[in-house]
Amino acid sequence: MSTITRVDPAVPAGSTGPLEHRRPLGDRAFQILALGAGLLVLVILVLIAVTTSQQAAPWFSAEGWKIFTYNWNPAANQFGALAFIFGTALTALIAIVIAVPLSLGIALLLTEVVPYRWARPIVYVVDLLAVVPSVVWGLWGILVFAPWLQHIYTDIASGVSGIPVLDALFGQPVSGASFFTAGLILAVMITPIVTSLSREVIATVPTIDKEGAYALGATRWEMITGAVWPHSQGGVVGAVLLGLGRAMGETIAAALVIGSSPTITSHLFAPGYNMPAVIANQFGEASGTFRAALMGLGVLLFIFTIIINVIARGIVERNARRKRGA
Amino acid sequence: MAAVTAETRQPDLGEPKGWRRTKNRVMTALMIIAFVLVLIPLGFVLFTVIAKGASVISWQFLTGSPIPPIVLPADVGGMWPAVLGTIEITALATVMAVPLGILGAIYLNEYGGRNWLAALIGFMSDVMTGVPSVVMGLFIFSIWVLHFGFSGLAGAFALACLMLPIVIRSSYEMLRLVPDSLREGSYALGATKARVTATVVLPAAIGGIVSGALLAVARAAGETAPLLFTILTVTTANPNVFSGANTSLPSQIFSNANQPYPGAQDRGWGAALTLIAICFILMIVARLVTARFSRYSR
Repeated sequence: MSTITRVDPAVPAGSTGPLEHRRPLGDRAFQILALGAGLLVLVILVLIAVTTSQQAAPWFSAEGWKIFTYNWNPAANQFGALAFIFGTALTALIAIVIAVPLSLGIALLLTEVVPYRWARPIVYVVDLLAVVPSVVWGLWGILVFAPWLQHIYTDIASGVSGIPVLDALFGQPVSGASFFTAGLILAVMITPIVTSLSREVIATVPTIDKEGAYALGATRWEMITGAVWPHSQGGVVGAVLLGLGRAMGETIAAALVIGSSPTITSHLFAPGYNMPAVIANQFGEASGTFRAALMGLGVLLFIFTIIINVIARGIVERNARRKRGA
Repeated sequence: MAAVTAETRQPDLGEPKGWRRTKNRVMTALMIIAFVLVLIPLGFVLFTVIAKGASVISWQFLTGSPIPPIVLPADVGGMWPAVLGTIEITALATVMAVPLGILGAIYLNEYGGRNWLAALIGFMSDVMTGVPSVVMGLFIFSIWVLHFGFSGLAGAFALACLMLPIVIRSSYEMLRLVPDSLREGSYALGATKARVTATVVLPAAIGGIVSGALLAVARAAGETAPLLFTILTVTTANPNVFSGANTSLPSQIFSNANQPYPGAQDRGWGAALTLIAICFILMIVARLVTARFSRYSR
């Protein structure tokens, strides 16, 4: 692959034109290979949408708009997905409400409070949360955490019984495996990603803004609310949305601790179900329309997470561009 | 202000007093508490897995076969089919996803530049990291398993789909750190772009790329959902990764977790400890590689 001899000395190196046509075959092949690998991402995403929708088609055609009703009874061939959509939204919401303050706290701690040599070990520890596999969280959740939580739930339920709103949220029936348990475990699982994304955003706040705030006599907290927050608001929203997407799609831990009962209720401590969990638990024994319905839940889940991720990445990317000043 | 007053009244440069100071301290304390609150479940889960798993794990547990029925205690048979399955499926997925991911990153950084296609691919690859793992399982089920049946290969496809965008992202970040002067120096010597990329840019970034790939492998090794509908769950070892149903550590933990039998739960804890050990070792190796081989860092 000697190329030097072919270069026309009259054409400056790096210019387009005559040189383009003379690039050796190996060079072009490598470029095409790299392009192919990049295109693979788009191909896979399109294939996911096409093939899973195809498999789910019998569900859509059999049920029509009834897919968004509350009736889920495979034995009677009723496949309404509303309870699962509700469960997905509720558990993800619980997870976000718990995870976001924690993640922001840790991100601020890392960027604004502790010195650099302490930040590194803290990052390692938070990342460990992400290394523990989902199924291990689920195993621990169902065998250790849920039985322990059951006592706490029971105490809370008896404490709030009779109080109007609280009773509807935290009252009986209670179960160790419930919406709230799933939400708690999901919160722990999404904390590392929300933390690291918020940290990246917060790290882009110009030092001069922060020093300016300090020079005006601000305390650290006043500096955070006055200089850091206005600058990183958008990026943090993106990070939170990405966490929401993760919480919606997280499967195995939820499948083990959510209680496996398709219900729509205001009781957070009641057993429930969500979309990924029902797919994981029931796909094995499903066939016919039942399988198509579970496949359809997967399609809905795919659509929801793609929409959330596109919005979130858009926000994060716009933020990054602003940072570069382009 | 006159010089006399400046002498007599020193400006107050100390920490603000009263409510402002209290608020600042409370907020700092809350940040530390947030970190401690996250430590508690981590410590709790690691402690439980080690305490319950260590008593189950033995040489026989790791290498014995087949996996016994759930009613039997944990000292019968062993987890070898699952250990073997996890190793072969993850390895196959790595072989598929890592080279493709690195090539994709090379396209994005070396060839794509600022054109719209590279921007779209980079964006969609980030979006793809958010596709739930269970959806990947359904995808491989409908595109592969329905036509060719359950196999370790199908599971490896699903894991590779999950790993691909992670590898692209981490490799891309590393390639971006390689200074342009290196590329320009090699072009000046007359090398082609492919040659510059393969012999100059990649070696310069290899530490970070390997470490990112190892983290992706660690994540894939612990995934359960994509394997449930692609490899099935069997109880005997299947060394042929390309055909026939297989099993893996995560699948075994999942199927044992909900069982009331102590033997099944013990097997679950033992498998969990094995899996966590594999993931942690991969992560530690990744950190060592980063520390030892990264030439350029942020």
